[in-house]
Amino acid sequence: MKNNNAYWRANIRLMVKLLIVWFLVSFGCGILLVDLLNHVQIGGYKLGFWFAQQGSIYVFVVLIFVYAKKMARLDRDFGVEE
Amino acid sequence: MELQTLTYIVVGLTFALYIGIAIWARAGSTKEFYVAGGGVHPVANGMATAADWMSAASFISMAGLIAFYGYGGSVFLMGWTGGFVLLALLLAPYLRKFGKFTVPEFIGDRYYSRTARIVAVICLIVASVTYVIGQMKGIGVAFSRFLEVSYDLGLLIGMVIVFFYAVLGGMKGITYTQIAQYCVLILAYTIPAIFISLNLTGNPVPQLGLGSTLAGSDTYLLDRLDQVVTELGWHEYSTQARLSLTNMFAYTMSLMIGTAGLPHVIIRFFTVPKVADARTSAGWALVFIAILYTTAPAVAGMARLNLIDTIYPESGGNLAYEERPSWFRNWEKTGLLQFDDKNGDGLIQYTANAETNEMVKVDNDIMVLANPEIARLPNWVIALVAAGGLAAALSTAAGLLLAISSAISHDLLKGVFMPSISEKQELLASRLAMALAVIAAGYLGFNPPDFAAGTVALAFGLAASSIFPALMMGIFSTRVTREGAIAGMMAGLSVTLLYVFQHKGVMFVASTAFLGDLQPNWFLGIEPNAFGVVGAVLNFAVALTVSRFTAMPPADVREMVESIRVPARTI
Repeated sequence: MKNNNAYWRANIRLMVKLLIVWFLVSFGCGILLVDLLNHVQIGGYKLGFWFAQQGSIYVFVVLIFVYAKKMARLDRDFGVEE
Repeated sequence: MELQTLTYIVVGLTFALYIGIAIWARAGSTKEFYVAGGGVHPVANGMATAADWMSAASFISMAGLIAFYGYGGSVFLMGWTGGFVLLALLLAPYLRKFGKFTVPEFIGDRYYSRTARIVAVICLIVASVTYVIGQMKGIGVAFSRFLEVSYDLGLLIGMVIVFFYAVLGGMKGITYTQIAQYCVLILAYTIPAIFISLNLTGNPVPQLGLGSTLAGSDTYLLDRLDQVVTELGWHEYSTQARLSLTNMFAYTMSLMIGTAGLPHVIIRFFTVPKVADARTSAGWALVFIAILYTTAPAVAGMARLNLIDTIYPESGGNLAYEERPSWFRNWEKTGLLQFDDKNGDGLIQYTANAETNEMVKVDNDIMVLANPEIARLPNWVIALVAAGGLAAALSTAAGLLLAISSAISHDLLKGVFMPSISEKQELLASRLAMALAVIAAGYLGFNPPDFAAGTVALAFGLAASSIFPALMMGIFSTRVTREGAIAGMMAGLSVTLLYVFQHKGVMFVASTAFLGDLQPNWFLGIEPNAFGVVGAVLNFAVALTVSRFTAMPPADVREMVESIRVPARTI
């Protein structure tokens, strides 16, 4: 039981970290800071516009796979895998 | 070969494939019917989820929305993909561990209440039915435009196909047809995009093409687009926000939590063998979705530029109406393009000014549907786009119909009214429920109610304000009680409905809108479609407050919550 609580806390910590990134790339770079980032240009893309229409989506994909990978390790470390 | 014949052949082949799969993947048990036996490979499930998720709206309408809203269209791109992060981190693995068949079943068990289960069934049915009407219309429209059969006959053919594989195969049949449908729709979407990107920029990857220079020049495509749209009086493409920052924020958030709360997507994660598979499968789903969603902005920008360049050719001056290209004539017949020679000079004026603009109608959908013709691609590409649009609509319709029919046969019939029926009887009941759902959806497609236009927004609003918070609190809190959850769902649901109805009219009958659909009347300037997030916040607040004043959930429920948090089968 104690073991399970520690597992759950580790899961929440990981989740919160990833959700901060999730928020930063979409709501942060794509919406709130868009005008600021638009001063930077990569190729033909204004950076803020790129985050809103391309970058945030790529980061979302990476976030899910990072979560899946790290959770698989947590499952093993805590001996709770299926 | 004639375009018409070619389209018949391509669409006919894909339909034959779907029927073949249906016969091969018949369901023999309720477990196969509801969750495809629980043995679907995570990558296969990811692909099926992508087809399940990407509807006629994603395939046909989204690029057009972005083409006209520019940067403001980003709310759809981020909203409809970011939701999968929430789904993967907050819901899918735990609901998979719960290991049963439907979303209302989880809500009923977690909140130890039949009432909560019934409330969840109602939210699910309203959200899914409104969504399915849109797909049925999409099927009818795609048939009538591409195959020149009537809307009604097209809808009927679509219904027969769905009926066949959904009733026979349930989730099992739907899963394998969705995989085939994903392949068809993604080819149909990316092939024209690759050609157009190549034509305009010399770069075959649309995602890179959008950020490249135009072929044979030093000007970036996006800079040129910004320039031509501002010259014609529109706002600059790459910075044009949707109303306000607050509104963009709320809209994106509403779409994200709505996406995570849509039952037909959630149940796809019940079909994988293990909890760890649910996590990776969500990642794969988003990979397959991202292929289309990162291509869409390129299609949008390039199509907008192509359209303007057609009307204002490089040689200078405006296009004469008599010299309009054949795709222009074809789409005028459908009413999606309309020209009105206001100043009588025989030339086309296309501007942001409503007084002088002569392109009185340029439908969003034209951007994807006419794209291959505008870029002068061969006929087989156009035929493929027709098959792709149909695949997108059929796959989403089937997923929604399964969510609806399993809520009826498993949650209402087996769960509430006739708990004593055997598995065999339940399987029969689920087939009957599916058949009825297909017929009901078809009926609504033949007679679209007045409120059909605004309904997809309503589906997201309902999922965001009622289902998502109830599921999330059910997993992350052991303290939220039956009373709290029911009060929260009702509060979220009613405030969202009230807000939508007061601005859009009761059941979307505009004359009954008691507060006009005008920006000054909007709460914090948030448009009705973006209101789900406010409903969700209220749901959380009410549920947590009420739970504080009601008795703790029983010990076995708290134990159940502890057990779904851990992948291992026994604690």
